[in-house]
Formats: sequence, C-alpha cells, structure tokens
Amino acid sequence: MSASAPAPSSAHEALAIRITDLDKWYGDFHVLKHINLTVAKGERIVVCGPSGSGKSTLIRCINRLEMHQKGTIVVNGTELTDNLKNIDQVRSNVGMVFQHFNLFPHLTVLDNCTLAPIWVRKQPKAQAEQLAMQYLERVRIADQAHKYPGQLSGGQQQRVAIARALCMTPSIMLFDEPTSALDPEMVKEVLDTMIMLAREGMTMLCVTHEMGFARAVADRVIFMDQGEIVEENTPDAFFESPKNERSRQFLSQILDR
Amino acid sequence: MAAIAWLRIHLFSSALNSMLTILIVAGLAWVLPGIFSWLIWDAVWGAKLPAACEAARGEGACWSVVWAKIRFMMFGTYPFGEQWRSGATIFVLTGLIVVSAIRWFWSRWLVAIWIVGIALAFWLMGGGLGLTPVKAEQWGGLPVTLILAIFGIGFAFPLGILLALGRRSQLPVIRAFSVIYIEAIRGVPLITVLFMASVMFALFMPEGMRIEQLLRAQIAIILFIAAYMAEAVRGGLQAVPRGQYEAAEALGLSYWRAMGLIILPQALKISIPPIVNIFISVFKDTSLVVIIGIYDFAYAVKKSVETDIAWRNYIVEAFLFSILIYWVYCFAMSKYSQWLEGQLARGERR
Repeated sequence: MSASAPAPSSAHEALAIRITDLDKWYGDFHVLKHINLTVAKGERIVVCGPSGSGKSTLIRCINRLEMHQKGTIVVNGTELTDNLKNIDQVRSNVGMVFQHFNLFPHLTVLDNCTLAPIWVRKQPKAQAEQLAMQYLERVRIADQAHKYPGQLSGGQQQRVAIARALCMTPSIMLFDEPTSALDPEMVKEVLDTMIMLAREGMTMLCVTHEMGFARAVADRVIFMDQGEIVEENTPDAFFESPKNERSRQFLSQILDR
Repeated sequence: MAAIAWLRIHLFSSALNSMLTILIVAGLAWVLPGIFSWLIWDAVWGAKLPAACEAARGEGACWSVVWAKIRFMMFGTYPFGEQWRSGATIFVLTGLIVVSAIRWFWSRWLVAIWIVGIALAFWLMGGGLGLTPVKAEQWGGLPVTLILAIFGIGFAFPLGILLALGRRSQLPVIRAFSVIYIEAIRGVPLITVLFMASVMFALFMPEGMRIEQLLRAQIAIILFIAAYMAEAVRGGLQAVPRGQYEAAEALGLSYWRAMGLIILPQALKISIPPIVNIFISVFKDTSLVVIIGIYDFAYAVKKSVETDIAWRNYIVEAFLFSILIYWVYCFAMSKYSQWLEGQLARGERR
C-alpha cells in the first residue's frame, strides 16, 4: 500500500474500486474530467456513452493501461501510483477483456490461459492446466483447448479471452466493448458467458451498449459524455426515463439503429 | 497433352511471348554447351599433375588444383600434422548450425549445446589438455570463416535484440544509447571497423594487455552486426499489434516476461527474412578480415594458388571452388529460413 494514500484504505474495505477527483489529459485534450466513482464488491456496472466520451479510457485507468494525471484510484485497497509493485498487485487481481480479444496468436488456447498463472502466480504447470480446463469448460470451449486462436471464430476467441482472464482468479473484471468487434450472431454467446459470470457475484465494469445485458445484470448504468459522468442510474430508469438531456439523445440514437 | 497446354499458356501465349521464348532458348543453346564443356566435360578432374591441366588449357577447367591444394585452402597455415583438428572443428561448427536449426532443440539445452560446441571448437583449434597448442595466428581457412560467422551471429543476435528493445524503451538514457550506437555503427563500413579494431584497440589497452588479432576481428564483427540485427528486430517489434502488449500488461506479466513470452516470439517470426538476410551477408562479409591479415577461407584459397608457381594459372578454378563452398552454406540458410517460416505459420492458420 502506498504511503501517499490520502484516505484510510484497508484491505478489507467493502469497496472494490474508489475513484476520486480523477483527471486525465492526452496532451491538451482533457479526456477525463473530474471523475468520481465507487464500485462496491460484487457490484455490476455498465458504462456507456458516445464514442470519444472517455469510457474506455476510464476503465483502462483502473489497471493502469492508461496513466492518470490527477486524483486517486484505489483498487481493492491498493492505490495506483508509479509504484510498480502496487501496479503488479492490482493487475494480477483485475482481469481485462478487450474489444479485439488480444489472444496470443502463437500460443494454443490452453497455453494462453496458463501463461499468466504459471509465470505471474508461479503455479505448477499441471495445476495451471487443470484450472484452465475448468474455466474453459465454464465458457464451454474446452474442446478447442489445443487449437490456436486463429482457428476459432470471434465469439469463441472472446470466450477464451474471458477464460484467460478468469484463470488469474481476479476479484474484478473489466470489459472493454467485448461484443463490438463480433459478428451479430456471436454476440449472444459472449453475453451469456458474461451474464453467467455476473450471476456468480463477480465485480464487473463493462463498457458496452448492450441494453439487454445491462437490464439483465447491471446494478447501475453510468452514462459518460465528453469525459464526464453525466448520469448514474438503475438500468430500468436509465433506459426508460433518462434524467439527462444528453443521455436521452444518445439513447434515441442507439435505439433508432 | 497437359505439357503442350502448359507450354501454350506459359511460353507461347502471344506473338511477342513466343518470340522471346525462342530468343532465350536460342541464346541458352548457344552459351550453355560452352560453359558446361569447360566446367565439366573437357575439365581435368582428379589428382593430376599441372602438366595435364596445361594440355587442356583454354578447353577445360583444371579442377586438379583443388585436389592439389585442398588442405591449404581448407586449413590455411595451420600446422600440417595437426590439420585433422581443423577438420574436426569444421564438423563441430557445422553441427552447431544444424542443431540450432532443429526446433526440437529450441530450449535451454541449446545454450548448453552452444557452450559445449564453443569449448570443443576452441580446444580443437587452440590445443591444450593433451593437444599441442596452436597459436591463433596460425589458424586459417574454413574454420576461421566459420568461427567468425557463427560467433558473430550467435553473439550479435541477443545483443541486437537488446538494442532493438532499448531503442523502443521508455527510459531516455537507454533509448539514447541504443539510437546512437545503432546509427553510429550503421554509418561506417565494416572494413573501417575492422581496421579500428586491429589498430585502435592496442592504443586503448593498458600496457602488456594484448588481445589476439582474431578476437579483435570477432568483437568488431559482433558489434557491427548487432546494429543491423537491432533494426531487423525492431521492424518485427513494430509489427506486433499494441493489443498484444496491453494484454500481456493486463495479465500482470513483467516487462521481460512479456517481451520473452509474448512479444519477441511474434516479432522474431516476422523478422525472419531480414534476419536471415543479415546472417547470409555476415557469412560472406567475414572475408573482409583479410585486410587485417587473418587467413580466412577466401584468403587461404587465394594464397594457396598464388604461392605455388606450378598452379598459379588456375586461380579462377580455385575461386570457383570457394564460391561453391560459400554458396552451399548460404543457400542452406536461405532454404532453411523459408522452411521455418512455413513451419511457424502452420498452426496459426485457419
């Protein structure tokens, strides 16, 4: 834990993520403006908003794929600073699923899943493989374990990516538009996997526009526009009677499609 | 019938194409018989005396020069009675290349095999432990070429990877060092680096400390190739998508693990063609060490004929022989790299 953490942050606090007064710039461009967000353990949050609103940047700050310039981010009681040990600790507890899967093409599905447990968690190979098969089973793709990612469909690849993240037994999962690069007929298999995960009590932050998913599992919907959190609401209230003008506009656009 | 159809499509598809085909075939028919009769049919083969070659002069090549001079060509000025050791070194070093090429050996074992191979080669060449010592000044011929090329490649490869990573590093000092090193080395000819190594090392070294000429040339070659290798590897690094770096980071892999397990395996695969290109040119460029007085294979071949009045008219044949040896090694590398690319691409194809 960092000595510079301003607020008391103990390991057993009930918050999974606490973001306070977060600001981030790309050069002169102010991508994230004064973000405040807390996520309780076991909570499922859907983040949506038009493209360029900063929603991906926000969740990428949580495992420090992006650096923030102002404010604090505390994940499971560990503050994200330049301290590499803290970053490693956070990353090994936070799983991430990317829009473009980012599986390792030179490794088999099974090796994709066991790589981090073996090299980061120092698990014995046999144990890591057993665990990996268990998770591959859960995302219903165990029969493809010995294939290479390039031999799988997009939906299968994304399910492998989810299993790969789960193999590190994370306490928080981040999803960065997990279904936007998929062909329409494959969206459901990935969403079903995510819904299953949500039902098991995983803390989840999902950047997605899938309303069905949001309604099925989200505790809260966060709407972002131009780097700000514009609205926080329950899914039903957000989709039926959004409070904010910009939310309304955005919803009318995605519903028209 | 299939053959006729093939001919029609490929060689006689139009009037112009037919004309070109006939012209080229006629040209070959005019040139090739002369070349082949000089090279093969009218050539003097086997261990014959110079007089036999004299009789065939202008008609056929004199391959007897190779029979007469093979030991000097292959081993240079290495003590005559000990030349079996040079021969054994050629086998050990060629074996090292072959083993490194087999995927089955691609593990930690390869490092051990290399250490054993290097030790064996130097023991055989240098002597000691029961073998008569032979000073490096007396080494020569193909073993010297192989030593310079193989150790040049073997050490420059990891060094080049480090420089490539350094050039893309976030740390300004490391990045600046890598950039300056690569650009400085790439800006000068190998021949001047060899000269510097030969002359300048002595000036910088403390009194009494002398490094063998061969070792100086070796160090110069390693430092030189590393710069080119770095740029070839960097090309591969840039071709690996950003998402791969991010996925490795997100899983909590450290920088070196991410590079070693995720990024480099992909980057090096992409860089195989330029890397092998460098290997091949290094193999041939080792012949430049002649300017600092090292008896490599090409120089030994030249000297072997020049120093003997009886055979000095047959230097062309001697050079053709050395070309054949260089070609066999280089062509093997080239073919191997093509095979390897196919192998590595196999599993990942849909």
